[in-house]
Amino acid sequence: MSVTLDIILRKPDKVYHEGESVIGTIAIFTPSDLRHDGINLSMDGSVNLQLSSKNVGIIEAFYNAVKPIPLISAFCEVSSAGRIPAGHTNIPFELPLQPRPNRSLHETYHGVFINISYSLKCDVKRSFLSKGLQKTQQFFVQYAPKPTQPLHPVSFTMSPTSVTSKSGGVPDFYIRGHLDSTSCSVLRPFTGHIILERCEMAVRSIELQLVRVETCGCAEGYAKDGTEIQNIQIGDGDVPHKIAIPIYMIFPRLFTCPTLTTPNFKIEFEVNLVIIFENDYLVTENFPITLTREL
Amino acid sequence: MGTNFEWKTLICNKPLPEQATRVSVHDHPLKAMVSNVEHVPRKILGSQPSTGSSTPSTTPAAYLQPLSDALEGLDPLTQFAIQEVDPLTQMAQMQPDYKEEVVVTSKKSKPRQMTIDMEPWSSRKNMILSKFTTSERLTIVSSFLSEGEKVVLKTQSTAVDKVQHRLEQLDYFDEGSQRKLDLSQAEYVARIEMLNRELVSAWHSEQRVKALKIAIQCAKVLADSDVLRFYPSKFVLITDILDIFGHLVYERLRTKADYYTLGSKTPTALPEDFTPSMVPESAKETCRNWFYKIASIRELVPRLYVEMAILKSYSFLTSSEYSAALLRLTHMIRGIGNPLVAVYARCYLCRVGITITATEKDYLNENFYDFLDSYSQVFGRYAMEGLKIQKVTLESYLTLYTPALDFILQAVASGATESLLGELLDRCRNHKNNALLLNTIMSAFKPMHIASRALQFLDLISENTSEDFPTYILLRTLGLCVCVCPPPREHRRQVINRVWQSISDLNNSEHYISCVEVWIEFVVQHFTFREVNIIIGDIVAHLSPSRNYEQYYSQLKSIVVKIVSRMQEFEALLAMDNFLPLIDLFQQESCKVEVCKVILNACNSLQHTSDAVITNTLLFLCTTLHDSVNALTVEDERRQISELLCNVVKTVDYGRDFEQQLNFYAEARAAFSNLDTVLAQLVQCVNTLAVNTRRIVKGHHTRKTAAFVRACAAYCFITVPSITSVYTRLELYLLSGQVALFNNCLGQADACFKAALKLLPELMLDDNQKQAETFLVSYVRNFLSVLLIVPDSPDSGVLSCTRILLNTLPTIKWNSENTVLPNLYLNVLDMLSAMAQESYPYHIDKVESNDSLYGSDPKFLSEIDKMCTLVLRELLSQMKHLGPGRRQAEIALELLVKITSLSNISHNGLINLAVNLWQLCLKQGTVDPNYMTRTKDYLSEKGNSTDNNTLQQLVRKLSM
Repeated sequence: MSVTLDIILRKPDKVYHEGESVIGTIAIFTPSDLRHDGINLSMDGSVNLQLSSKNVGIIEAFYNAVKPIPLISAFCEVSSAGRIPAGHTNIPFELPLQPRPNRSLHETYHGVFINISYSLKCDVKRSFLSKGLQKTQQFFVQYAPKPTQPLHPVSFTMSPTSVTSKSGGVPDFYIRGHLDSTSCSVLRPFTGHIILERCEMAVRSIELQLVRVETCGCAEGYAKDGTEIQNIQIGDGDVPHKIAIPIYMIFPRLFTCPTLTTPNFKIEFEVNLVIIFENDYLVTENFPITLTREL
Repeated sequence: MGTNFEWKTLICNKPLPEQATRVSVHDHPLKAMVSNVEHVPRKILGSQPSTGSSTPSTTPAAYLQPLSDALEGLDPLTQFAIQEVDPLTQMAQMQPDYKEEVVVTSKKSKPRQMTIDMEPWSSRKNMILSKFTTSERLTIVSSFLSEGEKVVLKTQSTAVDKVQHRLEQLDYFDEGSQRKLDLSQAEYVARIEMLNRELVSAWHSEQRVKALKIAIQCAKVLADSDVLRFYPSKFVLITDILDIFGHLVYERLRTKADYYTLGSKTPTALPEDFTPSMVPESAKETCRNWFYKIASIRELVPRLYVEMAILKSYSFLTSSEYSAALLRLTHMIRGIGNPLVAVYARCYLCRVGITITATEKDYLNENFYDFLDSYSQVFGRYAMEGLKIQKVTLESYLTLYTPALDFILQAVASGATESLLGELLDRCRNHKNNALLLNTIMSAFKPMHIASRALQFLDLISENTSEDFPTYILLRTLGLCVCVCPPPREHRRQVINRVWQSISDLNNSEHYISCVEVWIEFVVQHFTFREVNIIIGDIVAHLSPSRNYEQYYSQLKSIVVKIVSRMQEFEALLAMDNFLPLIDLFQQESCKVEVCKVILNACNSLQHTSDAVITNTLLFLCTTLHDSVNALTVEDERRQISELLCNVVKTVDYGRDFEQQLNFYAEARAAFSNLDTVLAQLVQCVNTLAVNTRRIVKGHHTRKTAAFVRACAAYCFITVPSITSVYTRLELYLLSGQVALFNNCLGQADACFKAALKLLPELMLDDNQKQAETFLVSYVRNFLSVLLIVPDSPDSGVLSCTRILLNTLPTIKWNSENTVLPNLYLNVLDMLSAMAQESYPYHIDKVESNDSLYGSDPKFLSEIDKMCTLVLRELLSQMKHLGPGRRQAEIALELLVKITSLSNISHNGLINLAVNLWQLCLKQGTVDPNYMTRTKDYLSEKGNSTDNNTLQQLVRKLSM
């Protein structure tokens, strides 16, 4: 049995709002007395930006990883040099979640080019002969949910005339649809319906594609990239006509956050409604959406 | 022991004891019990193995064993019999089909929430699995399936092999290595079974992500209907796995929820009936994670199925989630383009929904309406093309829908009002090709509601002219409804006329017979035999051409069973002129036999018949049964058939026309010569006949009746020898002799008795010596008491029968260890001493016995004494033969008592013999001294009371 170090947060979902205190314990288990040179606890939060190789050269992309933007950093010494008795030792801690001056806290988000993450790090320093112990524990920051805002419903139609790129083999079709709102709360599913009023060719699949659009601004200009988060099938095969097929998608946690616009970077989301016909012909309707955190 | 003694029978001058008064009664004291037992419906064991409920479904309450009265209630055996299903079937139904024991145990503890009264899914499963099969190759794509031989761990010889093998295994679980397998149906089922095990073992080895992946892959299998005919079965197999998965998730969330009961500090599992407010935040978080994970499944069908599978776990989050989730899923299924896949997904949703919420019903209706809205999809271009490719007829394609639709609609219909039926009907009418819907509606709703609208349904059925969904199935379903609950009285005739018209028009005999099989019950129940007769005629006419009937024996049989069981008047049935032609359709021996059995079994209800047509029909049926018996027939079968035939023999009753009755018996004898039991029954019947004849003439036979009873006696005499069993033959000879004697047919009686005596030695050839001996003792005793009143024939000498008996007894191969023969000799002494009395203790009315024939002639008496002496000597030699011992002593004492009570001991040396016997007993010392004392006391008492000097003298000689 070796020494184990763990950071246990009191909240099981590890989600915190700005202004709250991060409360937890440092749990140490040691089979024999442990001599150490001090225990430190630090809290860090930062935005990591990375440039896409599409917009800048590969080498630049490699080197020019934009410097992380720190959002929060706190440090405290839990204990000065001393010894921990054998057995379980729990050290409670409480850190206020306050941004650095002139900064505000953003929601935790994991994207391709932008990552916003928060973590607690505990260090047990030991004498130079033995290795120090370290433990990192991620936690999540979310905005406090705001009261519900009015919906922005959108109705749309799709037909060959609305298709922009006119390559051959467009089958005749007429599709009506409705989105309950383009401004959605990440806590709620994305809903609506579509109706195939008329369709000459059999449909193979109807899919909803959730896309993030990340924009990084830096000295050399800015880079904008759209990447797929998830693709959800809502219609499979030759779906029945003249019947409302529900559009229903749950926003994945971690990979989505409320739409975010800062001077340095932007995180936006779009939904593509994709209809694939039997002959592999593909029609897409794009809907930019605004994500919020509402109850 | 000297031999210088002679028997002298003591003639008793005491007045005879008064004869017991005879009173004629109508009931036998035992009859009540016996007749009840007879009425218990017995199922005839067929030649084909009968499965499932072979126990009678109903047992009359009167079936109380005398013992059970004391036990307060039914005895356990009866209780079992009363249960509708036999316990095995019940258990099989209760037990969910889960293979894993873990699941079974936890399943049991789950409270049954299902309040919806409908056929449970489990009972449908097997039907679906057996109905929808295929011989085509099936494909399955999965990364979790092994090739079979790979699972077997080979013994690795070298370390290199071992490493390689492990690497292979690693590869093999890699997600990338999905493989497509080409399998036959049996292999396919085995693979699915394997997936099932894989899932459970993955779950239990903490690989929950793998378990989820397996579940998703399983659900993916349901997304395509590549082999249409197998799809319903596939659905059953896969959803079983999903059920297990859902259950695992639910149970884990529940048990890991770390719930603190009030006042307790240790976390426990949530109670079974928890509310969302009791669920701790961490468990909710885990639960939400499951749903988030599932929501991100890319493909529609697996996503829907897996969510449905774990639907129950919503109860951890909120209690109101169900209705919203059920409705949402209902609508999302619209996105499934393949109508077959969609309808089965709906079926699964309903199935899951029913088990988790009994109050919520909207989604059920919504599911059916959604199906209706996309009904045209069933006949859509896409589906039709698939049919062409797979060469499936439209008809069999549509029947693929029935299991799922039936289930959905039954769920909708259970507890629904009649108005819903009207609403659904109106909706269905608007759709083209609505036969499939009609069929489902008819089978789902309560037969009561359907039957009341039978005419309306017939209209709808006749409107359905297109060939897509077979009309015969519709007719059949309607038939099933009206059988359970008849339509209003005034409609019935119209219904049957229209239906029969449609049925007669069916060209395909298979369709025809399957309709008839159902409708016949309705006809038999609600119409007279005239209609039944017409319909039977129709059946015969339909099936006769080109020997069509040969393929439909089982249906025909079920038709016969229904007719027979429902027919109120059995006689009318047999009298129908089309009935026998129907029976004639059964050309195959075994089928015919079974049908005959069914009919004759029903014949039990018949009281008596004298109708020539019916009798002939019955004889015909019986002959069929009888002729089926051969050397290979098992004992039980033989017994059943015999029982049936006996019943028929008892049923035919010509009342006072005795001649006719005897003729019938003669005919029956000719027909049923193979079956002992029947022959015995016939002999009994004829004897009854003879006795009845005598009763009618009150003992004064006219010439005609005398001739008749002689004929009866002759019948018996010649029938008995063809019976195999020696026991039965002996009994019947004695009985027939008695009856002949009763009827004053002395010669016939004599012949019977002599025949019986001749038969006696054969008895001991029986394997079971013990049984034969026991039988023989009582038989000979019985025989002796009959012989007492048999008058001597003038042709043969005095007491010829008794002499023959006495000559026969020593020739029998006795077991030398036994005292049977000496005991019998003692009985003979009894009988002979009775014979010597002036008047016998009993007589047959109007038959003169030896007492009046000889009038105590001294010659006759001395003849008897001589015989007694001989018997006595024989007895003594037997005793000697037995050798000293307990048995010898017992016989000696018995003999002593006989001598003192039956013989005149003052005669010639008998007193010495008696004293010697006493001494013998004393010497052996094995007889209870108390008994000897009491015997002595009795003798001295008797000597004193009768002033018998010799006896007193004897008593004095009996030392202790």
